[in-house]
Amino acid sequence: MTERQGNGPVDRTNEYVRIEHVTKRFGDFVAVDNVTLSIFKGEIFCLLGGSGCGKTTLLRMLAGFEAPTSGRIFIDGQDMADTLPYERPVNMMFQSYALFPHMTVEGNVAFGLEQEKLPRKEIAQRVAEMLDTVKLGELARRKPHQLSGGQRQRVALARALVKKPKLLLLDEPLGALDKKLREATQFELINLQEKLGVTFVVVTHDQEEAMTLASRIGVMDRGEIVQVGTPTEIYEYPNSKFVADFIGSVNMFEGRMIEDEPNYVRIQTPDLPCTIYVDHGISAAPGATVWAAIRPEKIDIEREEPAGRDNRARGVVRDIAYMGDMSIYLVKIDGGKMVRVTLPNSVRQLSERISWDEPVWLTWDASSPVILTQ
Amino acid sequence: MARSQVRQPQKPPIDAWGAGRLGLIFSLLFRYGPPRWSQYVRKHWAGKRLVIGVPFLWLLMFFAVPFVIVLKLSFSEVRLAMPPYAPLIERVSEMAYAVNVNLGNYAFLLSDPLYASSYIYSVKVAAIATFFCLLVGYPMAYAIARSAPTMRSVWLMLIILPFWTSFLLRVYAWVGLLKTDGLINQALGVLGLGPYTMMYTDFAVYIGIVYSYLPFMILPLYSNLEKHDLTLLEASADLGAGPIKSFLRITLPLSFPGIIAGSLLVFIPSVGEYVIPSLLGRSDQLMIGRVLSDEFFANRDWPVASAVSIAMLLLLVVPIVLFQRYQNRELAGARR
Repeated sequence: MTERQGNGPVDRTNEYVRIEHVTKRFGDFVAVDNVTLSIFKGEIFCLLGGSGCGKTTLLRMLAGFEAPTSGRIFIDGQDMADTLPYERPVNMMFQSYALFPHMTVEGNVAFGLEQEKLPRKEIAQRVAEMLDTVKLGELARRKPHQLSGGQRQRVALARALVKKPKLLLLDEPLGALDKKLREATQFELINLQEKLGVTFVVVTHDQEEAMTLASRIGVMDRGEIVQVGTPTEIYEYPNSKFVADFIGSVNMFEGRMIEDEPNYVRIQTPDLPCTIYVDHGISAAPGATVWAAIRPEKIDIEREEPAGRDNRARGVVRDIAYMGDMSIYLVKIDGGKMVRVTLPNSVRQLSERISWDEPVWLTWDASSPVILTQ
Repeated sequence: MARSQVRQPQKPPIDAWGAGRLGLIFSLLFRYGPPRWSQYVRKHWAGKRLVIGVPFLWLLMFFAVPFVIVLKLSFSEVRLAMPPYAPLIERVSEMAYAVNVNLGNYAFLLSDPLYASSYIYSVKVAAIATFFCLLVGYPMAYAIARSAPTMRSVWLMLIILPFWTSFLLRVYAWVGLLKTDGLINQALGVLGLGPYTMMYTDFAVYIGIVYSYLPFMILPLYSNLEKHDLTLLEASADLGAGPIKSFLRITLPLSFPGIIAGSLLVFIPSVGEYVIPSLLGRSDQLMIGRVLSDEFFANRDWPVASAVSIAMLLLLVVPIVLFQRYQNRELAGARR
């Protein structure tokens, strides 16, 4: 059994793509701002960000459709500055799939191989194999407009993969699919990637998609890469308010550090009557303004007053969103701030559950808050 | 899987705006023209009938009725009278009517090689001129379709602008350019070349047709090329095809409907072209339009002239039907 690549460890010795101080301007607009990034062989790297953050521009520069205004891109150690798109060892799966409407599924998949001037027999064989891999063998003679969205997505994938690229670029690969299909396809993508050993660079605005697919995520904001890390690192150790807020939801308490010891810190915030006690040290000047970010699932709701003086708040449940597997509680704490808490619905009896307008206590572990300085 | 099985290509429902059998001009007009109202129309049946009724009435009055008259004429006999033909249904006596169906006119067309050679010559000239029109028009349409959106209407305006001058005048202008002591030969003379005989040759006719009908080639091609999804070309480049390969494998096949439409719009009127060959063309070989007009005005043989035009129509119906079949197939393909 090989280890699952999806969220598994990354082999950081084998750099495949290196992006060095790449900037792209369109007129006055800076789409990509001084990005430096390494992508390793065999990983699924996700570029995650909101619309207009420059992630697609960065991808298009890897494919060669845009030239960087400054900076350099290396693929497999080679500078790509003068390499045209059709000469790069890279294939791309387009957001719109860009299937050739006048060709059959087979014709679409064979197109790339025909450009390599391979013998007819080999082309037919590789196309058939690839179509079997993506389970489209029976639809080989259909035209794209006779396929469903999911099938088209698989044709696009097959067309890009049949050339056996070392690097596959995927622009919002699952964006056009509905939720169920998207989840199923995510795992298919990961399996395929493991099987073929291709390096994937995926652009997405969907953080769930990034979380499931990626071995590492690069979060982008306004043309810059703000954090690079594994999904766990990004979620549990965000390095800025932007990342903490962008990935998942978070309760943010602005405050001042009043005690700063190597093994703990204490933060005072106007939102809470008590202080926030964190059981690890951070590097920030004492007295500096910091933000304590606490994920909703790391907060507990209790009816009884909890022991201890720190890390607790009294409030009233204002709203409950029932999601089936879990519920989201919006609790208005005494200072007036709304705090979001998620609890798994592990008990079926409704009477056991906390309901609207109930006075409750919120507590969290001393290890839960992430202290952010920017 | 079961769901996808259902998605077989279906014969397209006849579009309210007549991609069906309402005739070539009609379908071309509305294919590249106004928005699809068919959805709305389908919901409101009475309105639909009314809406289709208007163009039907138009076609009936200005196409079907004249056509029947010409058809009737082509079966009658020439007479030195006014009108110069025998009536098809003649009252012989109080009780009896005679129907004079005369196939002689068609037999005459077959017997005299003048007609056959004119037909063949017309088709040849029209085909060659259409080909050159495509050769000149395609790059122009392509350039316009790829130019900045704000500039496109300017270029299109320039393409249409010559229409504002009389067609006859513009063809006459070519006489001044092409004749032996004309502008072109004078210019060439400065360079020490020529003079060349260009007037009254096939070459002059090609020039005239290409020049006059170029907009009819460019407009449908433009409207096709302008709709192309440019990411297809990126995908093609990404898969390893250079610019020329991409053009031949992607752009060209996808512009086929535009090529067909433009070619027919040039070819069909060119076959029956009268003014251009009369002013610029050879005198020893007539095009069918000239033959028709001679029969009609010089010989005053209306029945033979009618037979000539019916034969010409049949000659053109073949490409029209082929086109419509192709177009319907395309429509079926375009709809999901």
